Amino acid sequence: MNNVYVVGAGATPVAEHYGRSLADLASEAVRAAFAQAPGLDARRVGAVYVANALGEVMASQGQLGAYLAASVGLAGVAALRVEAAGASGGVALHQAAQAVAAGDCEVAVVLGAEKVTDRLDGALEAALALAADAEAEGIHGVTLTAQWALLMRRYMHEHGYAAEAFAPFPVNAHANAAKNPQALYRFGISADKYRKAGQIASPLNMLDCSSVADGAAALIVASESIARELAGPRVRLAGTAVASDTPSLGARRDPLDLLAARASAHVALGRAHMGLGDVQVLELSDPHGIAAALALEAIGFYERGSAPRHAADGAITATGRTPLATAGGFKARGDIAGASGVYQVVELIRQLRGEAGPAQVAGARVALAQSLGGVGVTAATSVLVAEAP
Amino acid sequence: MEIARHWRGRAARYRLEGQRSRSTGEVRFPPQPITLGESADAWETVTLSGRGEIYSFSVLRQVPDGYEGLAPYPVALVRLAEGPLVTAQLTDCAEGDLEIGMPVEMVTRKLVDTGPDGVLVYGYKFRPTLG
Repeated sequence: MNNVYVVGAGATPVAEHYGRSLADLASEAVRAAFAQAPGLDARRVGAVYVANALGEVMASQGQLGAYLAASVGLAGVAALRVEAAGASGGVALHQAAQAVAAGDCEVAVVLGAEKVTDRLDGALEAALALAADAEAEGIHGVTLTAQWALLMRRYMHEHGYAAEAFAPFPVNAHANAAKNPQALYRFGISADKYRKAGQIASPLNMLDCSSVADGAAALIVASESIARELAGPRVRLAGTAVASDTPSLGARRDPLDLLAARASAHVALGRAHMGLGDVQVLELSDPHGIAAALALEAIGFYERGSAPRHAADGAITATGRTPLATAGGFKARGDIAGASGVYQVVELIRQLRGEAGPAQVAGARVALAQSLGGVGVTAATSVLVAEAP
Repeated sequence: MEIARHWRGRAARYRLEGQRSRSTGEVRFPPQPITLGESADAWETVTLSGRGEIYSFSVLRQVPDGYEGLAPYPVALVRLAEGPLVTAQLTDCAEGDLEIGMPVEMVTRKLVDTGPDGVLVYGYKFRPTLG
């Protein structure tokens, strides 16, 4: 298998883009990604992988591979849409990496795009709930947020935490988003505000729940020979992996153990010949503090039951052991559903190129992104490595 | 309208019918298709007692289309006496009384009204055990 690189990355701001369509957003993101690789001829693109979770229900559009490829000026290439709920972006990147590594094409575009604000919140909750088991969970009015809330309450019970122990996750996310001009919520919050926030799905409150918004993000995945033709720092996509778990929480032996998150991270790190200790900055699916805590523990960064304590000690800040959500995470950059996994990698490329400004993790060379579909039903992990010039 | 879809699920929804492994005695719910490597008669149908206890719960205030009339409503993971962990709404209870470990029992209630051209979907919920 050949080495694979990410030679361009770009995104639109995350927002309620009432004046702009899915195609408008996709176009901006792809142009932003190509602006990072000015020497690259778009005619060398051999495939487009669209990451989108909710297109039919929320944006009234199907066949998004061909539709968005044409929208951005890449009509004619092999194009398909990848749907794995919130993991769509990570799975699409995995597919693109495999196509380039196998020599199937020399350049592939991964395009995450989501348009959710044309319909109201009730339709969005129903659409997001489709990521669970419709018969075992959906028909009972159980939302994706409720599933995380069920895990959070059980976690608090087993490990002896109060809800406010999870405040460091959104507080960190908002502090970082305040420095990111593309973030949905560019302001800080405090632990005190967290304690007073209204309930959404108890024990999850408003300041511990992400908002789903519109946006698009794009990555240009290329072969080593293409990467060497281009100027600028090189970031290698050193390992990717996808794993799955049961959609129904009740079917799991231990619902607090995210098996797919662990499996995909270990395989991706193995393929990259890296260990957990090598990772200097990471992006996780963190719509709620409990989601980040369970992923950090499943991957193996922290012992079970200890992630909130480490977060309280500063472990997830830019100078901590596991810097997290440096662009604001799902909570404050915004949750872009199927496009989130692509936004994650756009941020890590910024970190690895040393272009993250006030959110820069000093000397970051190795990064890990993990996106989850539903409550860890699908997990896609990517390991990125900055190469010495 | 999805009438056939709801009709197919009637045994599980109305009677809490699950499956018991003929070899290990493990019970699972809801019923699942035969998986790779299993023989067609690996699982037998079993009607569950409907008794269990709360494994975890949440009270929902932001709800999907079709469920607005019920909000706020509690949902739970219930550990059934026979072993399975099942997701369902709780009913006939006050939010402040709920706690992990509380004994509950199954009741049949309306789950959702799918609209003027749709069906009234009935199925299981759980309430605090009486007496």
